[in-house]
Order: sequence, then structure tokens, then C-alpha cells
Amino acid sequence: MVSSQLLKVRHLDVSVYDRKGHETKIVDDVSFDVQPGKVIALIGESGSGKTTISLGCMGYTRPGCHLTRGTVELDGVNVLDLSLPDLQKLRGRDITYVAQSAAASFNSAIKIDAQVTEIPIITGSMTSKDAQKKAIQLYKSLELPDPEHIGKRYPHQVSGGQLQRLMAAMAMISDPRLLILDEPTTALDVTTQIEVLYSFKKLIKDNNTAAIYVTHDLSLVAQIADHILVLRDGKIVEYGNTEQIISDPKHDYTKALMAAAHIMPDHIQAPMIKPAEAPPIIEVKSVTAAYASSADINVLEDINLSINPGETVGIIGESGSGKTTLGRLISGLMNAKSGEVLLNGQPLSPSVQQRNLNELQQIQFVFQMADVALNPRQRINKILGRPMMFYRGLTTSEANKEVERLLERVELQTEFAWRFPAELSGGQRQRVNLARALAAEPKLIICDEITSALDTVVSQQILDLLESLQNEFGLSYMFITHDIATVAKIAERIAVMRLGRIVSQGMISDVLTPPCHEYTQLLLNSIPEMRTDWLDEAVVERRELIKAMEA
Amino acid sequence: MTLHSHTSSTWFGRLRVNMEDLTPGAAICLCFLIIVFFIGIFAPWIAPYDEAQILTNDSFMPPSAEMWLGSDYLGRDVLSRLIYGIRITLFLALTISFISFLSGVGLGFLAAAFGGRIDNWMSRLNDALLSFPSLMLALIVINSLGSSFMVLIFTIAFIDMTRVYRVARALAVNIMVMDYVEAAVVRGENKWWIICHEILPNTVIPLAAEFGIRFTYTILFIAALSFLGLGVQPPQSDLGVMVKENMQSLLYGEYTTLYPAIMIAMIAISMNIFVDWLLLQSGTKLPEEV
Repeated sequence: MVSSQLLKVRHLDVSVYDRKGHETKIVDDVSFDVQPGKVIALIGESGSGKTTISLGCMGYTRPGCHLTRGTVELDGVNVLDLSLPDLQKLRGRDITYVAQSAAASFNSAIKIDAQVTEIPIITGSMTSKDAQKKAIQLYKSLELPDPEHIGKRYPHQVSGGQLQRLMAAMAMISDPRLLILDEPTTALDVTTQIEVLYSFKKLIKDNNTAAIYVTHDLSLVAQIADHILVLRDGKIVEYGNTEQIISDPKHDYTKALMAAAHIMPDHIQAPMIKPAEAPPIIEVKSVTAAYASSADINVLEDINLSINPGETVGIIGESGSGKTTLGRLISGLMNAKSGEVLLNGQPLSPSVQQRNLNELQQIQFVFQMADVALNPRQRINKILGRPMMFYRGLTTSEANKEVERLLERVELQTEFAWRFPAELSGGQRQRVNLARALAAEPKLIICDEITSALDTVVSQQILDLLESLQNEFGLSYMFITHDIATVAKIAERIAVMRLGRIVSQGMISDVLTPPCHEYTQLLLNSIPEMRTDWLDEAVVERRELIKAMEA
Repeated sequence: MTLHSHTSSTWFGRLRVNMEDLTPGAAICLCFLIIVFFIGIFAPWIAPYDEAQILTNDSFMPPSAEMWLGSDYLGRDVLSRLIYGIRITLFLALTISFISFLSGVGLGFLAAAFGGRIDNWMSRLNDALLSFPSLMLALIVINSLGSSFMVLIFTIAFIDMTRVYRVARALAVNIMVMDYVEAAVVRGENKWWIICHEILPNTVIPLAAEFGIRFTYTILFIAALSFLGLGVQPPQSDLGVMVKENMQSLLYGEYTTLYPAIMIAMIAISMNIFVDWLLLQSGTKLPEEV
């Protein structure tokens, strides 16, 4: 008799050992079940053990981790007892895995078809012809364009969203009984995300596959999962079906996750009307830019934008829309082909070298990834102290004192001054990254996707910090992001960018309230809502919008 | 990766933690290198006899209580000459490595920091120099200028510089594209500051490893030149000269020529093992070299 549970995980422990042999549990007593055709979501912050658990279901641990206790039964067979050759038969055939970044998982030198059909062919379960047929059928059901021929291309010839779906095809080709999806949409643009999510959902239902969906975003999970397992520090915080968890979370941590989810706020605040007596800090006047002065393709086309003192302007768009380029142009890292940038009404030299100290000081740039934006070999003290000494002429001992004050202001402990960036968590590093900009006492801070690499809860904390800093110092922000929900929480005015142009700009309540520009509507439509039936509606609406835009 | 965040707050603490991480192989090599350097520095006090003093009329005497490694082809004490040979070899190799590193790293970083056309010109010029076989180049230069310590040092240092330049530039180019360098550029920092405070701290360990490797190559290179008669000139001798002088010993069934040869090999191997360990520890890789 076939048991109704496909996968049974019982009391799973995973530990790491340090050099002295001390054990640290990174997964602690986790148990759950998955039924065929059902999706269970593992949700939690980074470091909560969600990926470790999903890999454990394949009988795999990352180097240095050890499965110390528990059982993982797939249809009555304990996966953890299998020998390596048996496991290898199991992986890729009965259990398959879709990784976060498809771009990193495909070999760029081999055609897609060969990679998708590789596993059934080498295990001998299908002939190459059958595998090919199956692949095309999967491409069709994943709604990839030109399913007959897309497999003849190389990975770099398809888009990121398509590649992620092709990766799903690779995982589904041998009809696995269990599919593990590890943050499969995190690296995608918001508007692509829902298409991919929809394909996954359809595929799982059609094939009656069991799936484990790993993510940090609760609003996504609501669309696809039947059950949700909330994890924190390797322990189960809450376990229940999706309806119950999103409508009535029991645990405080789940509530915090709910609060921080990427959803639109109920009301978009009407911004305070500020008297416009002061001239704008920054004015961008009909700027056009290209990567080389002779290039025909412009990355920015006729951009007009102004930022007033004490104001937050959100710049949103998908990757490749030119939003980061605009930020770089204002900060002097890139030259314009035509047009000019004014600082306090005065024209600003195009490149950093020609700007004076005062001009440089007023505009500060915060980079997206704090782990590469902070020199790993400099202590926090030096990272923060340098701008103070450079712009404000403080001495070393004055700077040391200032650093302590600044660390307190961004809610970090003062002893962090003597640490290296690698000794801080991701959220703490982002605070330091922000503090470096503050250290210059600027008028305008350009924030380039500063929350997108962070967990939802941490990113909410950073947004709160930004807001309180603005109230205290009267800062202006140019907030670059792809996430309209984040921008709606913080910005007063926004500009929507697409293909190097600003398609719509103005007060946030005006731009985001229907009727709005089709592209803005598409972006709005892509933000998951906290209800289980949203995805099907959104996909239908999305297709209509795209049709309208093309027409 | 900083694994030892808590114990490594002081310089000494970090050293202690690193010492605990030494593998037995690396530890033995490190000890050997320390001993060799000690012998080199204190050669005049350690060597039982003067290096040039002829003690006996018998060539290639077997080891005895008075002469632990026997006598060489002129009847001099092999052990004493070996000790002085180590001193000269190490002195030359260190001086040459320092000069080649100062110039190579400096130029490499400059090329990377300025980039564009400057980098292009410097690197193509360097490629042109690299295309000469190094031993051939050294032979021509030394032969025409005559062999002295100065000529030897600057010729080899110049040849080494081209190799160091390539490695230093490759390391620095990878750092230049990092966001933290860009952050310094937006701040308005000049090239000098960026080189000293952003690039250098991030390349110290791979450069230290490269120094070790360069150092070994230099020892081998000097030995090769000395063996060809263009290196260190008598009465002074380095290890390479000793191998050449005493080659005849093999005909008499003695091993005199092997002692300096083994010493060269052991220094080179120890240095390589230690450097490999250093790179493994820091998790860095040297860029592909020519």
C-alpha cells in the first residue's frame, strides 16, 4: 500500500563542529511531512537552516556539516541510510533540486537541450530521442516561447526568467517524486517572478509532484505553498497550513515576518506638502548617456529629475532600466553625453576628479552589497573615520570619538569599531555601509538597492533607520530599487524607469494610483498580495497589460 | 575568511592562532628555513674554519672528526664553505627579491590604478621583456658588463621584476573593480591613497606567497648562473659555485658536490611547502602566471 505521505522527515539534526570539536546545532529537531502534489514552504531568515534542511532531504550536507540524528523517509526508504551509489541514483531521478541562480547552474558552453536531457540519458532511463520529446513538452507546459527551438540555444541566449524555467524543466524531466526549489525566484525581476512562480505551480499540480519551496519571502509562499514551516535558528517556530499562518499567525516571529513582507502598504501616504522655497539639491536636466561616447545605444535617454531638500525620491525599474546608471551619473562615476546636473543650482562637473571637496561631500553613494562595498582588510573604525578626516578635517582622535557616536546612531555597539566587516552580520554591515555615507555629513544620499540583498525583517529595520535619520538631519535620499513595495513605504516622489527613460514620475500617490502608466501598472500588478488566490488573477492581468503595452 | 574573530584581536593573538594551524609538514619546513637563515646570518661565528683556508693537501677527503663533511677539491673544509655559501646565496636572493618586489609591485599597482592607455603601454612593454628567455638575457648582460655583485643583483632583479609586475597587476586589477574601491573613488581619494589603503592590504598575503616563490626561483637562478661561471666569483662562493667546483668528486666516489645541491633543493622545497600552506590558510590564489 502506498502511504499518503511521500516524504517523512523526523527529528532531523544537523551540526557543525569547530576546530576544538565543539558541536553547534544548525538544524534542531525538525520534523515535517510532504504529500504528493503538495508544496511545503520552508521560510526563515538567512542562517535559519532552510537550505540545510532541504539539502538534508537529498541525503546531502554541505562540507563541514553533519547529519547527527533523525530520519528522512522517501516512500518508506530512509534516505540517510543509503550508500553513495544508491543516493546518486535517487538524486536527479526521484529527488531533484532547483538552485537559486540558474545562471550559475548552467554550463554556458553547452546547449540547453543537452543539459536538460543529461540526467535521463546518462542514467539510461530514456533514450535521447524520448528525452528530447519530453523536454519540448515541458517547455510547452512551462510556457516558454518557441518551445521547439529554445533548447537549441546556449544559456546566455535566453533571459534570466527563461533560464530559471529551463532549470525547472531540467529538474522535472525524469518525473521526480520530490522537487526541491531553493529560492528559485529571488534573483529575478519582480515582473518576471510571477510568470516563473506560476509555471512552477502549474507544473507541480499537473505532475502530482511533492515539492519543498525554500524562501525568505512570506508573500510568495502564500501563492504556492499548501503548508508553511517557519524556521528560526534551525528550530521550527510555527508549522501549519498556509491559510492559517497568513490569516492568524500564532508566533511573534511569524508576525514579524508578516509585517516585513514585500506587500504594498494599505494606504499610500499622501506626502506632506513641503514649501518649495529652497531650490532643489539636485537637478538633472535632459541628460542622455551611453557607455562609450560613440555608442549608438543610450543607457539613459533625456532624463529630467529633481530632488528637494529633505525629500525621498524613489527610482524604480527592472534590471537594465538604467536606474543605477542614473545614480552613478549623479555621483560622478559616469559622464553624460549631453545635458547637465545641477547641485544647489550650480552646474556640477561631470567627473569625480573635477569636483571640489564640498561638492563631493554633499552627495554620498551607498552601494548595494555591503560585503563588497566595505574593504575586508579595514576595521570599521577606519572605514567610518576616513570620510570624517577626508571631508571634515578631523584628527584621528576626534574621528575615533565621532565613529563611536555614529555607530550608536545607527544602532550598533561601539566596540564594533575595532572589528573587520567579516565579523559583522549582513544587516550590521549594511548599517556600517550607510554610516559611511553619513560620516561625510552629506545633503543627499544615493541608496542603490540597499535593502534588496537583506532579509525582509532586517530590510524593514534599515528602512526605519533611514526614516529616522532623515527626520534628524534633514537628508534627501535618492532611493534606487526594483521593489515597488519598499519604495511605497519610504518615498514621497517616485520616478518609474524603463529602458533608460523615465516613463512616469511625480508624487507617489499620483503615480501609483490608477489609472497609471501601463508599465507602472505592470509593476504594481507584480507585487504579491497576502492571499492564496492572488497569483492566478495576477497572471491573467499581467498578460493583458503586456499585450496592451506591445500594441 | 576570518575564522578566529575572537582570539585574533591583537597582532600577537592572531600569530598564536596561526601557529596552532601549522600542519606538521609546514612546521618542519618553517623550522628548517629559520635554521638556514640563522646559519646564514651568523656564518662567521658558526663555521669551524675560514671558507678560503686550505687545510689539507688531500682533495675530496671523506668526512672525519675534524672536517665533518670532508674536504673539497682544494682541500678546504666543505662544511665551512657550505655555511658561507648559504650566507651568500641567501643575501643575494633576499636583496634581489626585495628590489624586484619594490619595483614590480609598485609599477604593477600603478598600471592597475591608472588603467586604460597607461596600463596598456606598460603591460605590452612588460610582455616584450618577458618574451626574452631569462637565462639568455642574464648571460648576455652579465657577460658584457662583467660579473660583480652589483651587476648580478640588478640584472636578476630586473628580470624578476617583469614577473612580479604581472602578478601584482593581475591582483590589483581584481581589487580595482570592487565596490569599496569605487566608494573611495566617489569620495574623491587620489590614486596613491587607493593603492596604499585599498589595494595593498588586500594583496599582502598573495604577494607574500609570491615573494616566497620568487625567492626560491632566484636561488635556483643564481645557482644556475654560478654553475655556468657567471655568478659569484672566487674566492667567495655560493651554493651553485660549490656544486660546479666539486663535480669531480663524483669520479672519486665522494659526495662533496651533492651537499650544496641538496641544500639548494631543501631550501627551495621548504619555501614552496610553506608558501602553499600560507595560501591555503588565507584562502587566496595566485593569478595564473606566465
